[in-house]
Amino acid sequence: MSKVEFNKETGPREVFCGLTSIVWLHRRMPDAFFLVVGSRTCAHLIQSAAGVMIFAEPRFGTAILEEKDLAGLADAHEELDRVVNELIARRPEIKTLFLVGSCPSEVIKLDLATVAEKLNKRFLGQVRFVNYSGSGIETTFTQGEDGALKALIPLMESSNEKKLLLVGTLANNVEDRFKKIFKNLGISNIESFPPRQSTELPKIGKNTKVLLTQPYLSDTVRDLKHRGCEIISAPFPLGIEGSTEWFLAAAKAFKINELKVHEIISPLISRAKLALESHKEILKGKRLFLLPESQLEISLARFLHNECEMDLVEVGTPYLNKDLMKEEINLLPDNTKIVEGQHVEKQLDRVRESNPDLVVCGMGLANPLEAEGISTKWSIEMVFSPIHGIDQAADLAGLFSKPLRRNQILTKKTLVTH
Amino acid sequence: MELTLWTYEGPPHVGAMRIASSMKDLHYVLHAPQGDTYADLLFTMIERRGQRPPVTYTTFQARDLGGDTAELVKKNIKEAVERFKPKTLLVGESCTAELIQDQPGALAKGMGLDMPIVNLELPAYSKKENWGASETFYQLTRTLLKEKVSSSEKISALRWKELGRRPKVNILGPSLLGFRCRDDVIEIQRILSEQGIDTNVVAPLGASPDDIERLIDAEINICLYPEIAEASCEWLKRNFGMEYTNTIPIGIKNTIEFISEVHNKLDLPLTNKNKEELENKSKLPWYSKSVDSNYLTGKRVFIFGDGTHAIAAAKIAKEELGFEVVGLGTYSREMARQVRATAKELNVEALITNNYLEVEDAMKKAAPELVLGTQMERHSAKRLGIPCSVISTPMHVQDVPARYSPQMGWEGANVIFDDWVHPLMMGLEEHLIDMFKHDFEFVDGHQSHLGHTATNTKDILNSDEKEENNPKEEIIWTESGRAELTKVPFFVRGKVKTNTEKYAILRGIPKISDETLYDAKAYFS
Repeated sequence: MSKVEFNKETGPREVFCGLTSIVWLHRRMPDAFFLVVGSRTCAHLIQSAAGVMIFAEPRFGTAILEEKDLAGLADAHEELDRVVNELIARRPEIKTLFLVGSCPSEVIKLDLATVAEKLNKRFLGQVRFVNYSGSGIETTFTQGEDGALKALIPLMESSNEKKLLLVGTLANNVEDRFKKIFKNLGISNIESFPPRQSTELPKIGKNTKVLLTQPYLSDTVRDLKHRGCEIISAPFPLGIEGSTEWFLAAAKAFKINELKVHEIISPLISRAKLALESHKEILKGKRLFLLPESQLEISLARFLHNECEMDLVEVGTPYLNKDLMKEEINLLPDNTKIVEGQHVEKQLDRVRESNPDLVVCGMGLANPLEAEGISTKWSIEMVFSPIHGIDQAADLAGLFSKPLRRNQILTKKTLVTH
Repeated sequence: MELTLWTYEGPPHVGAMRIASSMKDLHYVLHAPQGDTYADLLFTMIERRGQRPPVTYTTFQARDLGGDTAELVKKNIKEAVERFKPKTLLVGESCTAELIQDQPGALAKGMGLDMPIVNLELPAYSKKENWGASETFYQLTRTLLKEKVSSSEKISALRWKELGRRPKVNILGPSLLGFRCRDDVIEIQRILSEQGIDTNVVAPLGASPDDIERLIDAEINICLYPEIAEASCEWLKRNFGMEYTNTIPIGIKNTIEFISEVHNKLDLPLTNKNKEELENKSKLPWYSKSVDSNYLTGKRVFIFGDGTHAIAAAKIAKEELGFEVVGLGTYSREMARQVRATAKELNVEALITNNYLEVEDAMKKAAPELVLGTQMERHSAKRLGIPCSVISTPMHVQDVPARYSPQMGWEGANVIFDDWVHPLMMGLEEHLIDMFKHDFEFVDGHQSHLGHTATNTKDILNSDEKEENNPKEEIIWTESGRAELTKVPFFVRGKVKTNTEKYAILRGIPKISDETLYDAKAYFS
């Protein structure tokens, strides 16, 4: 392991909670509905993060707890029952209903597992009920997906069929590209989790080799291991380097000759390097500060340093699973400062002191930092854009070069005519 | 439990944040888990603020719950006070903290801090954002002024005469995330100043705790947004005898009424000779009278928004633009009574709901020609193909325009005329396009603003060629048919093409000529 500096920090945070992941999960599985059992705050959070108004009727909603629901839990269970019935009557096309726990439902100990069990019996053959927690007292942002996937594992049938399982939500077009490349490599049995239809869950077992596409799936990984799956240790497929290592690790697990991998991906690599050049020109030598939010920070730091030649000031992450991130950390330059957790005020002090060229942060902080003259990139864009794979390396770099390029355009006088 | 897919208002602590973020030298310690920090983006993204809201979130986690969350509260209060040095501290909790009952306000008061502390108790499971904003502003005003209650004599609205100066008023209610508040304040101050009236304090927007303590230097209060300021105005009236205004100056009639209400209260003679002189300060009355506006008569409008803006819109629609109000509603339960009263006068049933799907249904049933609503109604109207103008919160980044764009006063009336009439005018343009579509000037470059399914001639003809090879349909466009089709204006061309083909199939006509086109037109008309 390279000589990376690990720090921990606690204090006030500025991050989303796990409920936010519903925004991309519901798009991945168009036959699923996500029902948060929570407060008006939860409803307001999701609609503020998701731009709900563009949907005629979104496939997520909140069962808002009211005063009388807090008085007695039995009544709350009954009320939830009523809300679910109302919802299913309204949306008969829904195949899977996720009951998503929130901060208030966790604190009052609303037992969503029991509710789900009862509902499963009643709606047998019609709708499946799954529960998990996206609460902010337990989860940060992307960890919501970890919870949702973990909750689906018990529903996955067992099979000893040899297969490659890609785990973590991917943009559909990226997923198609990956599958094509794996097929060219000679791995033909490939499935994805989460699947595109909530009812088409992959079967898993001891011959399932899991390749993670996202770094934030600690609990899911643990449960997949319990089911006998083998986890392929690899960096994450962000950038050329990460994606190459990722393909190589998969090939190794399937005993495919390394040369074959290089043969297939080297044209992709040359193409991607060419595309990366213009972004590298802008990013090279620029100083980067990543605030914690998506858990993608370490992989992004690795990409932006190794392939775009940025200097890393600080790499924040809301949570660090050193085991899962082992391969990534190995690729980081020496003396990289990783900070797990957050004290937002102290961290912003460090941002101001170090005066970086670019800060990756949440939407609450971006404009205030811009107003102080510091360029920013919103971290939420990383989870909504197709950024995985060799072909997307330049697009990924583009997310970071764009704010810097824009600054250059706006500060330079380019026209001489009046 | 209430199934909610989307909500017009946030939770009450977001209302408290609106007050805190609107003001200076104030800090709000909010006992809340990390996810609640999302609310910062309402200010930094929607309002494009270059400052973070002055809020510290205690960020308690599940593992803290077994331990001492009260200590966590105190630690955060101490740090926030040291770092931000506020003149007044707001302390409260969000929905989850309310359940663990740490009573952060009481904890703060026991810490021996040397600044006023406002303990905010905002019941998250029964109240909403506007109530939270109103309650926060009220508690803040009360905390900062309660010591002066007994020592002060009742404030007479006529005091300015004895003091030998121009009358002074406070403008209360404007806040961040309020609809066009930034510009309304400028407009109202301008109007008051023209009338010889000075503004003492504008609050909460831009005010500091010191300014709140100065509220009693004014003679009367202007209650600009009752949703936020009425509770405070009422308290100031009860305890200091300060009168406050009831008229909301949106629209010409209400602006004039507002001016006379202020003058009556202050016993200050109007500087203007007559009503016309006042009316002429806005273009709305003349624009509405001009023959061009004849077509506005009886246009059916559906109105939904916060209480204040919905009622004002109904009055303008009916009395100033000559529309017919076919629906009126609000999501502000606190304003339900007033909205019902207005609806009754207009002979419609008031819709009081927080469910946007109910609003969409009502809109559909009312079959309006124009919708005046929130951003959500804009989306619903778009789905129904009805023009819409936004008149109320919840805020969207589009509701914070770069240009000066008030809703109140003379300029507000101008803005309203343009914002409401232009979408309809575009409808009229469609009508004219239809009337003149056979004129030779009519060329493909003239595009309809509503968009169109059929694009240009080339596309149509290309797609025809493709269809010629389609053996299933076996319909052929002849030279004359195709030539005639290009003469049809682009915005109906797609429809004409489909209809003609439909007709040809129906009649078993294998080749479409110019005559088929006219036959089809007659058949479908």
